[in-house]
Amino acid sequence: MQNLKWKAVLIVATILICVYGMIGIPKSMDEVVTNWNNNIRLGLDLKGGSLLVLQVQVQDAFKAEAITVIARLKEEMAKQAIPFAAMDNTEPKTLAEAEKIEISIKGVPLDKTSAFRTLINETLGSWVLTPVNSTDYRLTMKPTEAMTLKKDVVSRSMTTIESRINGLGLAESSVQARGGADSDSEILVSLPGLDDPARVKSILQTAAMLELYEVKDGPFARMEDALGKNGGVLPLNTKLLKSVRAAASEQNEGWYLVARTPVITGRDLRDSKPAQDEFGKWETSFILSQDAKGRFGKFTEANVGQRLAIVLDNQVKSAPTIQSRIEDSGRITGAGTNQEASDLALVLRAGSLPAGIVYLQEQTVGPSLGADSIHQGLIAGLVGLVVVIVIMLVYYAMSGVNATIALLLNAIILIGVLAYLKAVLTLPGIAGIILLIGMAVDSNVLIFERIREELRAGKATMAAIDTGFAKAFLTIIDTHVATVVSCAFLFMFGTPAVRGFAVTLVIGLVANVFTSVFVSRALFQFEMAGKGSNAKLSIGI
Amino acid sequence: MELFKNTKIDFLGKQKIFIGASLVLTAVGLVSWIGKGGLKYGIDFTGGSNLTVKFSTAPPVDKIRTLVSAKIGGEISVQEIPGQNSVIIGTPMKDELQLTAERKTLSDILEGNFGDKSGKLDFNNASADTLADKLREPLQQASVGMNEQQLRDMAKAMLSFKNTPPRSGIVTSFDQLNGVAGVTPQVIGVMKQQCTLSSFSVIGAEVVGPKIGAELRSKAVLATLYSLAGMLAYLWFRFEFIYGLAAVIAVFHDVIITLGLFSLFGKEISLNVVAALLTLVGYSMNDTIVVFDRIRETLKLSRRELNAQIVNDSVNQTLSRTIMVSGLTFVSAVSLLIFGGPVLNGFAFALVAGIIVGTYSSIFVASPILVFWHNFNQRRKKTPAAAGK
Repeated sequence: MQNLKWKAVLIVATILICVYGMIGIPKSMDEVVTNWNNNIRLGLDLKGGSLLVLQVQVQDAFKAEAITVIARLKEEMAKQAIPFAAMDNTEPKTLAEAEKIEISIKGVPLDKTSAFRTLINETLGSWVLTPVNSTDYRLTMKPTEAMTLKKDVVSRSMTTIESRINGLGLAESSVQARGGADSDSEILVSLPGLDDPARVKSILQTAAMLELYEVKDGPFARMEDALGKNGGVLPLNTKLLKSVRAAASEQNEGWYLVARTPVITGRDLRDSKPAQDEFGKWETSFILSQDAKGRFGKFTEANVGQRLAIVLDNQVKSAPTIQSRIEDSGRITGAGTNQEASDLALVLRAGSLPAGIVYLQEQTVGPSLGADSIHQGLIAGLVGLVVVIVIMLVYYAMSGVNATIALLLNAIILIGVLAYLKAVLTLPGIAGIILLIGMAVDSNVLIFERIREELRAGKATMAAIDTGFAKAFLTIIDTHVATVVSCAFLFMFGTPAVRGFAVTLVIGLVANVFTSVFVSRALFQFEMAGKGSNAKLSIGI
Repeated sequence: MELFKNTKIDFLGKQKIFIGASLVLTAVGLVSWIGKGGLKYGIDFTGGSNLTVKFSTAPPVDKIRTLVSAKIGGEISVQEIPGQNSVIIGTPMKDELQLTAERKTLSDILEGNFGDKSGKLDFNNASADTLADKLREPLQQASVGMNEQQLRDMAKAMLSFKNTPPRSGIVTSFDQLNGVAGVTPQVIGVMKQQCTLSSFSVIGAEVVGPKIGAELRSKAVLATLYSLAGMLAYLWFRFEFIYGLAAVIAVFHDVIITLGLFSLFGKEISLNVVAALLTLVGYSMNDTIVVFDRIRETLKLSRRELNAQIVNDSVNQTLSRTIMVSGLTFVSAVSLLIFGGPVLNGFAFALVAGIIVGTYSSIFVASPILVFWHNFNQRRKKTPAAAGK
């Protein structure tokens, strides 16, 4: 009898703990709903939102690295008076080629060979020099260095993307490495509840590389004009940049000849925010960091009357004339709406991406589709459950009540544990729950059929119950362990969706062993308590 | 109530009929499978893009197809979801950049042909932020007192109202918004000036690039095979190797037949369907293990070699359980098929088909294999012994 009391305590405690996990201790009906919504986390497919897989175009960063190396090498070689005929880098087009990037150096005179080699060894620790012939050389990146660069680029991209998403204020969003073979440059972004995927996609994809250049000449209407004016070649230390036309009336559309290195880059920003100019047009203003302030002040002072190009992602946004010394602020004009201006401010604050990104996958479920799925799934689940319960009650009479209690308790434990684990309920997870209801019914049916058999064989009621449970127990363990084993493999090798299925199922299976073996048996014992060991049992025979 | 009391059905005696039926079903499925040039995969596996669009009235399927085909190359599918006023517009696989561009083109086509060209904000496709931005100033001008938080909450509430069934994404008149928290007649007046209601709403989008598609495909197949191997190993450990093998063959049989049915009915295999296939693998395995457990128990009790009689008895003894459980789960699956809506349809279909085939295979596929193997072994043992005499 003592034993039974403890069983009752354990069962009630389990129920309370699980219910607490689901709704906490609510003080009103409204709180029940809010707590439930907070604790039971729905996946994207049910709640609505977007899931994006992005691939960082690491080769961009490798190209940038090679260009920096070339610039540095040219400078050093000029210092040490080592001449060369040509220096160039290959252009890797795909991710796989990124690490194979090469810099070729041609025409280093024979008498400078040793000086050249010493220079390379001293200045370029992460590159390997291979001679092609007596005067030409090839530089390749050391594999370990390439790996480091790749990892660094991906993790910097992730940080940037994360701070952009945080800037949007999207709750529950997550940015993580996608993992898996061959996908170390892939990032998985999940954005539950997102209702504007197009905007977020473009925010994430913007490189947001802000640079301020000294304008040497221009604007030119065509690229050829700029080249033609300089005899067909670009003057030393300059480059050509195209400007975008923000409005049809814009005059300074065309090409600008600017200094090769920027005065200010995005890293020099301290803050950025949307603002309106005197005509109410939206623009994005920025403030420079302490360190950049002095530099910019000096530069603007020396270049009053000259133009300054404000360049975003290699496109000249505007090229205002410097009126006077500017210390620490600037603005980017030409935003169409408030939202555009604030989005640009957001990406500038979050920093630029070290490499471009490409979307490999997008899955967007509108909130209405999610709501429909939940609504329909709920109706289907309830109808199914009610029919199952009615059939069990008809077929197993009062014992069907035990099975129903065990079934409902199983559901409570499953949802409670999901809430505690902060696991996410998805559509495949619901599939797991359906399989689970099947297995819970199965365990009970197995036990009941066994008890019936024993009763038919003439055993006393209590003995029949005991034998029934004992015999069915082995089968239940076998079916459950086999399923858990298969779930383990599904979890290890499966896609996220399949994993959701596996997790839900395993939790439910453990709960089911508890409810069908322990709880259901205790219920029988409660029923028989105080009666003779051969009292009639209502089990449908 | 008892329906299957002391049944004595000679299942194994009729195994030829049932194995024949299995083979015919498998063959029919495979013929359709091969005849149609493979299974019809969803875009999660093939790569491509899908846009699910809900309309306020019956969607103009042919018009959409013509419009989209004019702008996007390859085979365009426009599939109507019955009873939902919705269509799924599918474009074939291309490389990632193209797919992303086409996703935008699709939105533009819808916007251009079914949207309102007045330049007002389309409420049926707006986000909460855009809506709040659009209404902020006009509401001030109409002297509706509202702080920023109230404005944002109201925008959210209006959209959430729009997204809840029975609206499910489409509002046909602004007056419907009456009664939403924070919405006054004045607000509705401002809404009527500032916003418009197009006859469509994009409710879902999926873009899967070739890399991810190939990966998902191989992952799904691998996960299934590994989990089957895991079950085989466990059954080998708990019973004998042949039990594990028989169970896995039975499960394989179920999956093949279910896939055949998918092919016959022209249904798409998506990731959700894979989850359903895994579910039916679980069911079928469960069923088989129950019968095997009973066989093992009977063998222990009777101290006899495995034979058709023992297997038959075991199947009969567990028949009541088998029918009960299959019947009950079948009921839930049918309920899912009827009420579960379009997203769950393929999933529920796989379950309904799978439960029938899975129950059948435990009795008529897995059990006969045991007997067959045992008899085969017996003969092999006897033959060399006889030769020795």
